[in-house]
Amino acid sequence: MPEESGLGIDPLRDSALAAIAAAPDLVALDQVRVCYLGKSGELTALLKQLGGLPKDERPAAGALINVAKDAVAQAIESRKSLLEQSALAARLAAGRLDVTLPGRGQRPGGLHPVTRTLRRIERLFADAGFAVAEGPEVETAYHNFEALNIPQHHPARAMHDTFYFDADLLLRTHTSPVQIRVMTEQAPPLKIIAPGRVYRCDSDLTHTPMFHQVEGLLVDEQVSFADLKGVLYDFLTNFFERDLKLRFRPSYFPFTEPSAEVDIACVMCGGAGCRVCKQTGWLEVLGCGMVYPEVFRHVGIDPDRYLGYAFGMGVERLAMLRYGIDDIRLYFENDLRFLRQFA
Amino acid sequence: MRFSESWLREWVNPSVDTQTLADQLSMAGLEVDAITPAAPPFSGVAVGLVLEVASHPNAEKLHVCTVDLGAAEPLTIVCGAANVAAGMRVPVATIGAVMPGDFKIKRAKLRGVESFGMICSASELGLAETSSGILPLPADAPLGMDFRAWLGLDDACIEVDLTPDRGDCLSIAGLAWEVAAINGCALTPVVVDPAPPAIDDRFEVSLDAPEHCPRYACRILRGIDPAALTPLWMRERLRRGGIRAISPVVDVTNYVLLELGQPMHGFDLGRIEREVRVRLAAAGERLHLLNGETITLRPDTLVIADAAGPLALAGIMGGAASAVESETRDILLESAFFAPAGISGKARSYGLHTDSSHRFERGVDPALQVRALERATKLLLAIVGGEAGPVVDVTAADRLPQRAPLTLRAARCAQILGLELPDETIAGILERLGMELAPIAGGWQVTPPSGRFDLVHEVDLIADVGRIHGYDRIPVSHATSAAGTRARPEMAFDLDRVRLALVDRGFQEVITYSFVNPELQARIEPEVKGLALANPISAELSVMRPSLWPGLLHTARYNQARQQERVRIFETGLRFRPGPDGLRQEAAIGGLAIGAVDPEQWGAPARPVDFYSLKADVEALLALSGDLPGFSFVPAEHPALHPGQSARIDYAGRPVGLLGMLHPGLAADLDLTGDAFLFELDQAALSTGVLPGFTPVSRFPAIRRDLAILVDESVIYADLADAIRAAAGELLRDLVLFDVYAGSKLAAGQKSLALGLILQVSSQTLTDQVVDDLVGRVLARLGSDFGARLRD
Repeated sequence: MPEESGLGIDPLRDSALAAIAAAPDLVALDQVRVCYLGKSGELTALLKQLGGLPKDERPAAGALINVAKDAVAQAIESRKSLLEQSALAARLAAGRLDVTLPGRGQRPGGLHPVTRTLRRIERLFADAGFAVAEGPEVETAYHNFEALNIPQHHPARAMHDTFYFDADLLLRTHTSPVQIRVMTEQAPPLKIIAPGRVYRCDSDLTHTPMFHQVEGLLVDEQVSFADLKGVLYDFLTNFFERDLKLRFRPSYFPFTEPSAEVDIACVMCGGAGCRVCKQTGWLEVLGCGMVYPEVFRHVGIDPDRYLGYAFGMGVERLAMLRYGIDDIRLYFENDLRFLRQFA
Repeated sequence: MRFSESWLREWVNPSVDTQTLADQLSMAGLEVDAITPAAPPFSGVAVGLVLEVASHPNAEKLHVCTVDLGAAEPLTIVCGAANVAAGMRVPVATIGAVMPGDFKIKRAKLRGVESFGMICSASELGLAETSSGILPLPADAPLGMDFRAWLGLDDACIEVDLTPDRGDCLSIAGLAWEVAAINGCALTPVVVDPAPPAIDDRFEVSLDAPEHCPRYACRILRGIDPAALTPLWMRERLRRGGIRAISPVVDVTNYVLLELGQPMHGFDLGRIEREVRVRLAAAGERLHLLNGETITLRPDTLVIADAAGPLALAGIMGGAASAVESETRDILLESAFFAPAGISGKARSYGLHTDSSHRFERGVDPALQVRALERATKLLLAIVGGEAGPVVDVTAADRLPQRAPLTLRAARCAQILGLELPDETIAGILERLGMELAPIAGGWQVTPPSGRFDLVHEVDLIADVGRIHGYDRIPVSHATSAAGTRARPEMAFDLDRVRLALVDRGFQEVITYSFVNPELQARIEPEVKGLALANPISAELSVMRPSLWPGLLHTARYNQARQQERVRIFETGLRFRPGPDGLRQEAAIGGLAIGAVDPEQWGAPARPVDFYSLKADVEALLALSGDLPGFSFVPAEHPALHPGQSARIDYAGRPVGLLGMLHPGLAADLDLTGDAFLFELDQAALSTGVLPGFTPVSRFPAIRRDLAILVDESVIYADLADAIRAAAGELLRDLVLFDVYAGSKLAAGQKSLALGLILQVSSQTLTDQVVDDLVGRVLARLGSDFGARLRD
């Protein structure tokens, strides 16, 4: 539509649109807006000139000015949006990082593999309702031996390679004295495990003078060897996370009868025979048995009313089998390069 | 216990192969440790007879032998052994024979004389470590017979690792009972005919300590042939049992030991004065033993003595003075029962361990002595000749182990095993094990064999039923016993949580020995004398740790010596602190940090660990107690720590921990690179029992006022903070310390602290007037207590 008002709307609109298109940034664009649409902008000024037109021309001219103003405002909006987008794009481009650089700050350390294994054992037995019990490591000969039916000069005592302080005080050679302490202090039914450090006066390629055991004890009115088989079968299959072949081999512990050593099919070779299982296909991992009546008598539990089972396992051995560690001495050298492998 | 399989099979011969037999033993509780062939593989060796021995024409030490192998033509064999002689029967490896080590025998010319085989020594056949000369065979060895077959060398040596309760299985006889019971097959014990006395000579025996020796049997053998040799078959059985052949008298006693389980001893009769007394030693008596050692006897030790003094350590080892020697013609054979209680621990106390003491400690069948004596006599007479006197059997019957019958209830058996077995199965197993059963209501009265010292209680019988029936046939039960939920105090100390907190803060857990080097320990706490082991592994591991620091420092040094400069480690466990009320075994947590706080990384300068960085770690642990504000850090000196950078941690007025920088002098002695910081906390102290308690969150805004105050350098922050809290009262919600400055911009001896007071109440927005009043009170209090003023 040709402009007939004589106000020069079209040229002004065109110069505004040109200025908008040329505005390099948001600041310049705003200046253009002020210049044309501001309170004293040029297009705003045109409206003020309407009064100089004949009355009948005013509405048409006013409408034309408003159309031009809208066109300019719209152009400013779209230019603004365009400039904002490119500004954002520029900021994003400037903010580009090498996301492959390592993160900054502290890195976590790790638990000792023995602790890691102990936690696992404790949790598995906690699920089965066993509470954790603890006892002293400097122990009396009574708790470590006599109460467990190992009298002085018993050949089983000689097999323990005990560290002594004097005739009555020693470093516990197994976690079994915790059985005695718990049974002395608490009344049945009992269902506990006792994890902890134990000591034997023996140090060579396959022995360290300190290692860890977990003892288990259940005392109740109806307990059988079949129950013992069940709890250990569950534990071992869950510990190794596979369906294991187990065998219970009769053995001897002075504080249990019947007693057994538990062998699992070698986790390294699956039972075919290898260096770890000494070609037998079996690995001895546990000792266990039914609590011997003499032990109940020592702690004042009626052996006619109560039965119990007990078991004990070596933590380092289980950890070796689980993680493929081939030298027990590594555990206590505490070389950080070794320990960090178990974080 | 090591034994020849073929010997066992003479007693009991189940139709199972060697491996199955071994598995049966293991699964019956007699663990087989090893199965080794009785001889290495070889073939083509036969029994030959040396017809002639001629000198080698070209070699002084070689002989040219004509050897009959039962074939048409005798062979010519060149032999270098000095003991070769015409008329000898010998093992001969013929052409084509394969010797141990895969060595083939070929036709060969030796210094010009053709040789068609080799006459073998015992060591060449893998039957001895060393041997001098060829192996002479007895005259009844059949000519031409395969040597392996003749000597039964396709035999296995089975080694069983017996538990200490099964002393009865330390013999072929004992093992045979077990194998027969497992397989339900016939048992053929060796027949022992009494050797009737040919002479009247007897020796008087007195049992002076019948509680230790309730039975002593012996007999005299006169006129034995000192030149006689132990026959090869017996030497072979001993060898396969792991015993070296020595002389006929020793070999026969060892043979009976392996066969029946009775340790015996032979004395040189001529060197015993008048009598045999079995008595306790007098203090200070000395005895020169067969192994060459001389020991001083204690009065708790049983000896065999004559009128002059001790002859032998009863049940352990004979004396050198009365030993049978190469000239001995008259001997006294001993076969006694020594009670386990009297023998136990004695050998060990003298540093000895013998086949004899091993058996007596575990229990020898008290009914066996005369039978063993007859067996040995018979064997000896056949080898060395001579004449036997009557058996002297002196017994204190009331002191022999008594065998009261045990009651076995079938129901109890089912209850304990978790398996109900028919009565006849139970009775059958026990009878096959040699027990006498008398049925009673619901069970049996069971009398075990005299040699089964391990059967003293009903459950011992049940265990035997279980193991012979087979543990693998006992079902696997998943019955869960009484459990229910247990008491689990919410604020009980959670060691696991504490460990994980440290792990997440960059610490690696270590586990060090509980015994430490006393020298290092003395450097750390000179005033604490650690509990010392009587028999340590080494001097470096001889004292129980009174704190976790020696182990941590040792570990830091170990790792720094292996290019690990940054060490952040912790340990949890007992410390052993001697005190006036005795030893305290306290669970503790200890940590050590040395090197940079964070691992080496880009974009941030390395920040070495300092007192405050480790303090933050300690505070993180204390916060787990639920009552961090209850803990206070008090300046305190410690011999192992820098005097200006060490704090004692108190809770409820009681010291519960330490934190500080390792004393630079000690760090230098330990060759540590960088400043090391240490802490130790009492685990019990983290069990405060303080539960979180709810307070409503204020809906009104908080107001913050920052103050920079100047105080004397000696003023400690904890005192300032306490004063501010006291002056500000309950309006003070939080106090933030955001700067500490001392330096050139301040006068010497002054420091400035920048504090943010965050004020809030739950009922209203605070007015400027209230806040200004509060700040005024705080400044006035700081001014009066510490001479503090606002920094310009």
